[in-house]
Amino acid sequence: LNLELTAEQRAARAEFRAFVASEIAPHADRWDREEAIPAALVDELRRRRLLGSNVPEEYGGLGRDMITYGLLTEEIAKGCSSVRSLLTVHDMVAHAIHRWGSREQRERWLPLLARGEVLGALGLSEPNAGSDAKSVETVARDDGDAWVLDGRKKWTTFGQIAGLYLVLAQQDGKLTAFLVERDSPGVTVQPLKGVWGTRASMLAEIVMDGCRLPKGNLIGRPGFGLSAVVSTALEHGRYSVAWGSVGIAQACLEASQAYARERRQYGVPIADHQLVRRLLTDMIAGVRAARLLCLRAGWMRETGDPLAGGEVMIAKYFASTLATKSANDAVQIHGANGITDGYPVGRYLRDSRVTEIIEGSTQIQQINIPLFELQEF
Amino acid sequence: MDETHEKIKEFLSRFFKNHDLQPDEDIFALGFVNSLLAMQLVAFVEKEFGVSVGDEDLDLDNFRTINAIAKLVEKKRGAAA
Repeated sequence: LNLELTAEQRAARAEFRAFVASEIAPHADRWDREEAIPAALVDELRRRRLLGSNVPEEYGGLGRDMITYGLLTEEIAKGCSSVRSLLTVHDMVAHAIHRWGSREQRERWLPLLARGEVLGALGLSEPNAGSDAKSVETVARDDGDAWVLDGRKKWTTFGQIAGLYLVLAQQDGKLTAFLVERDSPGVTVQPLKGVWGTRASMLAEIVMDGCRLPKGNLIGRPGFGLSAVVSTALEHGRYSVAWGSVGIAQACLEASQAYARERRQYGVPIADHQLVRRLLTDMIAGVRAARLLCLRAGWMRETGDPLAGGEVMIAKYFASTLATKSANDAVQIHGANGITDGYPVGRYLRDSRVTEIIEGSTQIQQINIPLFELQEF
Repeated sequence: MDETHEKIKEFLSRFFKNHDLQPDEDIFALGFVNSLLAMQLVAFVEKEFGVSVGDEDLDLDNFRTINAIAKLVEKKRGAAA
């Protein structure tokens, strides 16, 4: 395991960091209030080839390695977790299609996703099915020359602007995944407003009412929709969220260091007070540890290690809980200023809470990590 | 058992520690095999044998026994050749 970044990876990180500092971070609080990111930003992400960048070159992608992808996710999340969540869901769909799509599906969709010409989103959660994904109530029926889907997908991140949804449904009692195009007959998209974490992630409910799909839109095999297709997507999402959580914690650290140096109480900068230093120390050590776990998981994914999935869970669990703690402490360091709109730490706290819910909640990780570690039958 | 069978048995032995897994023994019948292990098996086959497992191979019978996995590897190698 080599934890040193290559010259290319360091250069890529510097490029991501400069882009985020100039084009994302200064606007993130406004996007948060507006509950949307602007179309011009999505265009810029496309232009810079930051969407679907893991897609291999043979399908028109950049074929970015997992470590570089992680660095990208961290830097984007440092500026805005809502933008990070666009990369997460879009790349989850691309990753699942690359892994389990038929040759026709890969050739059709991957070039579009790699260029960001179509945005992908995951249609998994429903009003009555969250962590218990096996209980989805969306039903797919074989209607001769078409699949017909009926159901409702909730909390679909960037569902408002996505053009392709990876949807999990019950097909004759078997969990099966489908590629649902936004303009398919019977699909309506209803924006979800009023969330208070990753507020600009443009959530939507995707309603499928007699939605007719070509037979070729089933992805994977009947019965493998969750265990293979969606699990593959979720592992990628978990990896992305783990790095994104490191980004939030790093942003909390930088904001807190700057504030603690500038803010004076009892005649000295508050950074000179030992209890403030203790909070900073937890952030410093935590960020280092979380980043190392992400690097380890990334290295294992990059090399195709069969045990990578469990390491991704551990990285996500550690990094997301760290992000929440770091954001909570960052607000504390900022005192009354921390609970105003004038500082970004309140947004970091709201966004960090989301990382503990999505792509397997903290409690689901707590159930599954010991299973992974003790896999003995 | 040839080398392919041995490697598969060695990989599976880390999960079935107190059991001498036989080539035709159904691992799914031995107890709870979760989806994490199923995906680990797919990743193991790809990494260890340098083959690509695709959607057409998503069939539990391809992963049910050491012999079945070895047969899948042989088939994929033949297809790649």
